[in-house]
Amino acid sequence: MSIRTNKEAAVKVAANLADSGFAADRREQTLGTALTDYWTRVRSGDLGSLPAILGLVALVTLFTVLRPETFLSKGNIANLFVQALPVTILALGLVFVLLLGEIDLSAGVASGVCAAVMAKLIVEAGQPWFVAVAAALVTGLVIGTAIGALVSLVRIPSFVVTLALFLGLQGITLRLIGDGGTVPVRDDVVVALANRNMPIWLGWVLALVCVAGFAAVELLRHQRQRKRGLAGRPFGVTAARITVLAVAVLGGTYLLSLNRAATPSFDLRGVPWGVPLVALLVVVCTFVLGRTVYGRHVYAVGGNAEAARRAGINVTWIRMSVFMIGSFLAALSGIVLASRLNSVTPDLGANTTLLYAVGAAVIGGTSLFGGKGRAHDALLGGLVIATIDNGLGLLGAKAYANMLITGLVLLFAASIDALARRRRAATGR
Amino acid sequence: MNLTGRARPVADPAGRLVARSGLPTGASPRWEPPVTPLLDVRGVDKSFGPVQVLHEAALSVHPGEVTALVGDNGAGKSTLIKCLGGILPMDAGDVLFEGRPVRVSGPRDAAELGIEIVHQDFALCDNLSVAENMFLGRERRRGLVLDEADMERRAAQALAALSIRTVGSVRRPVGSLAGGQRQSVAIARAMLWGSRVVVLDEPTASLGLAHAQQVLEAARKLADRGLAVVLISHNMNDVFSVADRITALFLGRTVAQVRASEVTHTQVVELITSGRVTPTL
Ligand SMILES: Nc1ncnc2c1ncn2[C@@H]1O[C@H](COP(=O)(O)OP(=O)(O)OP(=O)(O)O)[C@@H](O)[C@H]1O
Ligand SMILES: [Mg+2]
Repeated sequence: MSIRTNKEAAVKVAANLADSGFAADRREQTLGTALTDYWTRVRSGDLGSLPAILGLVALVTLFTVLRPETFLSKGNIANLFVQALPVTILALGLVFVLLLGEIDLSAGVASGVCAAVMAKLIVEAGQPWFVAVAAALVTGLVIGTAIGALVSLVRIPSFVVTLALFLGLQGITLRLIGDGGTVPVRDDVVVALANRNMPIWLGWVLALVCVAGFAAVELLRHQRQRKRGLAGRPFGVTAARITVLAVAVLGGTYLLSLNRAATPSFDLRGVPWGVPLVALLVVVCTFVLGRTVYGRHVYAVGGNAEAARRAGINVTWIRMSVFMIGSFLAALSGIVLASRLNSVTPDLGANTTLLYAVGAAVIGGTSLFGGKGRAHDALLGGLVIATIDNGLGLLGAKAYANMLITGLVLLFAASIDALARRRRAATGR
Repeated sequence: MNLTGRARPVADPAGRLVARSGLPTGASPRWEPPVTPLLDVRGVDKSFGPVQVLHEAALSVHPGEVTALVGDNGAGKSTLIKCLGGILPMDAGDVLFEGRPVRVSGPRDAAELGIEIVHQDFALCDNLSVAENMFLGRERRRGLVLDEADMERRAAQALAALSIRTVGSVRRPVGSLAGGQRQSVAIARAMLWGSRVVVLDEPTASLGLAHAQQVLEAARKLADRGLAVVLISHNMNDVFSVADRITALFLGRTVAQVRASEVTHTQVVELITSGRVTPTL
């Protein structure tokens, strides 16, 4: 339409919006209507973060009751955070892949290969940490590009491609590390990721920056919607969101800033270096998915690939890119995991790693059917999974029980996803 | 055949209507000098595997006119417009835009020429909101960031201009809309882009009476504003109430391109069902 007709429309719109037009876009929301809206959404199958938060509360309660001395000890809380780091990063990458309704079964073992590349470069080639880390990340990108090309160009189902790589990549790790071998990781910087803490003051500064940044974004959005006369969240909801985040971030920082050393003569406190790394990744991914054209196209392809294609979106590239992001983040996850374990073994990233990460994404609220999911799902789900892993460890669960429970948790999360989806279809959401 | 009050179509010996744009039909008062169509596709062949769906199909659309594209189920109407929209590659055929040959090798090329298509299946993403769907592939942004507020405002305007008010909120996910509302969103999306050619593939199929009437009026208004409109429809009343020209497809072949005033209801039905007009009288 020409500018002229847009102007005509604008005049009309003023009149139309005033009556029944787009009343819902203009309606002044109150805390009450916002709560009813939320409840309607949940009932119609749009659960959001609810399962993850409820799960987290239930698990923390359960393990606190079962292990009152150890579970909520300062040392264990720090442990839990560090445990959640690699699984969260891996899950973050999987969110992109799952958004397209695809799957990457090789993400876990890809992190193993990348960690092995890094460890070998540091230990055997004597390379500085940044070269080794860069090489590991490039390895991740190469793996992701290969998967992406096979899926988007050759059009092999991602399930099959990554199942093949699941085996193949383990072979590569085994070849690199050697059967039963271990490559120790002693580089200061790499080890620091999961084993060293930031100075107390830096932890607080970053926490405050985080809270202030979130508050600024939320308030700005609120103000802008007000100004344009568009309906937005009522101020109460915006305030509540900021408060919850502030309590979580500042509370976490406080807990991690207490001395958690087992012996009183020791001083062990501060936020582990990996935590701000994960926070940064989640912020960047949230921005990319929610605020950029690329993110919008990822959702579009996940929702209806043919419609996206007809809208002129390069579906092939979007498909390819999510696998690249997935494997890139897998590489990062492998580096953090190697740091936490202080070594790389041939089974790094194998066993339960992938199951945990998929479980984390799905528990967090990302759908296996594509088109639905957010970056912070990985964070919430990662915390849930780490809590399960940590709690079972404290209970002294046997390996078989651990596997059984992990499998059941994933099935449980997938059931919630599938049922919620059916519910959405039934209520037409 | 009842031709009272109507110019008589020219039929070749096979009984096929051969009248084209501005073809003089005797002393017809409607004779106009031939003009170059805005969009002219010719000789389109399209096969799906071994099945050839289009055989040298042709379609001319003129600015300021509504061209109805009619044909039975499976005649190839949707396939033809997908070909000209760059959504399906054509095996053979030429596309002329304002008389110049152009290549439409993808949806972006079509959009650049100003061709907007409302697909029969709407082609909407259920997980995205009304506004997000309307701007899909052509998002507005400020720097790196999507300009949601602007897109929502424009989407609401486009819907309001079509008098579509049942959607409620442009932030509703399209998956939560009823069939007619989805169709409205798809139509409003095409209109939003104020292009030069708007193709509507059975736009009233899932609309109620009042709403269907609105869409037809909107199609007419677009044409009156100088756009070229293609309307695919099975409803002859709709066709005759808004169309200036009628193009009939039969088993993938264009069997007639005529002015609506030159043919009768019965003749068009005959063209659709048998691909020819019985030369009676
Ligand atoms: N992707 C495809 N693969 C194979 N055959 C197809 C495909 N799309 C369409 N066809 C076939 O092409 C023929 C024409 O289909 P098309 O959708 O163009 O018909 P139409 O005229 O739009 O019919 P309708 O009025 O029912 O919408 C049909 O026989 C159909 O089965
Ligand atoms: Mg059709």
